[in-house]
Amino acid sequence: MVNTILTISVVLILLSILLSLYRFIKGPNTADRVIAFDVMTIASIGLIGLIAYFDNRIVYLDVAVVYGLLSFIGVIVVAKFLEKSL
Amino acid sequence: MILLLITIVLGVVMLIAALIAVYNKDMKTAIIAAGLTSLFASVLYVLLAAPDVALTEASIGSGLTTLIFFYVYNKIRRNNAQE
Amino acid sequence: METLKIIGAVITLMGSIALLLGALGLVRMPDLYNRIQTGTKASTFGTMLTLFGLVFIFPGWTGKLIILILFVGISNPVSSHVLARNAYRAGVPLTGKTTVDRLAEDMEKKNVEPKNDAQ
Repeated sequence: MVNTILTISVVLILLSILLSLYRFIKGPNTADRVIAFDVMTIASIGLIGLIAYFDNRIVYLDVAVVYGLLSFIGVIVVAKFLEKSL
Repeated sequence: MILLLITIVLGVVMLIAALIAVYNKDMKTAIIAAGLTSLFASVLYVLLAAPDVALTEASIGSGLTTLIFFYVYNKIRRNNAQE
Repeated sequence: METLKIIGAVITLMGSIALLLGALGLVRMPDLYNRIQTGTKASTFGTMLTLFGLVFIFPGWTGKLIILILFVGISNPVSSHVLARNAYRAGVPLTGKTTVDRLAEDMEKKNVEPKNDAQ
């Protein structure tokens, strides 16, 4: 029962990654692409949590922490670059 | 079974991001797409049960490379504006 | 015990539905600022709910999951705020249906006021 519900939620997260990839390909501005990048990395943090459930290992959550930190740094760098003040 | 589905979908997304990074004319989009490729490669390393390699790939490939590329691109743009 | 696990799984399912709605808003919205609003708010809420559901399933993982939830809840709104402010200063256009723009009025007032106060 628990496995079935979590499998459905993994499929929904993969669908959201594909939808934001559409925005990444099509987006007219650079800032649109950065927002699509942000949504994809945030969805991947939830996906890593679910992978840790399916493999039953707590070590994978450390990867999720570093992942969130790097997505934060990447968005800040691109935003500073767009304002021409890096 | 579901892990196989995750692997296939993330591999296809990573391939599309790499093709964008190679064939796009805009430099900023290409740099962001290269960072995206590294981030999905890190998730694939987690799926292959190698969390230490995933940590290294995420920090070097996505964080440091993107930051250095944007720093250098900003310097080039500023030099071109001065001349 | 089994009931608690099913409650956690349902919370995780709600979180992933919120993530899907956020990505759908990213495709459907007409404007950069609307996309920032729907994308980061819905995706932050969805990820926090997804990780919170795992607390019910594995009670031994509570500490690390709470740290992760706090980190996502702090860092993601900050990055979306910085991106929206810098995109506005870089001149990304608003959509045609905008009726009020308080930030432009404030910036205009701020530029005018020092001239009036100059002695």
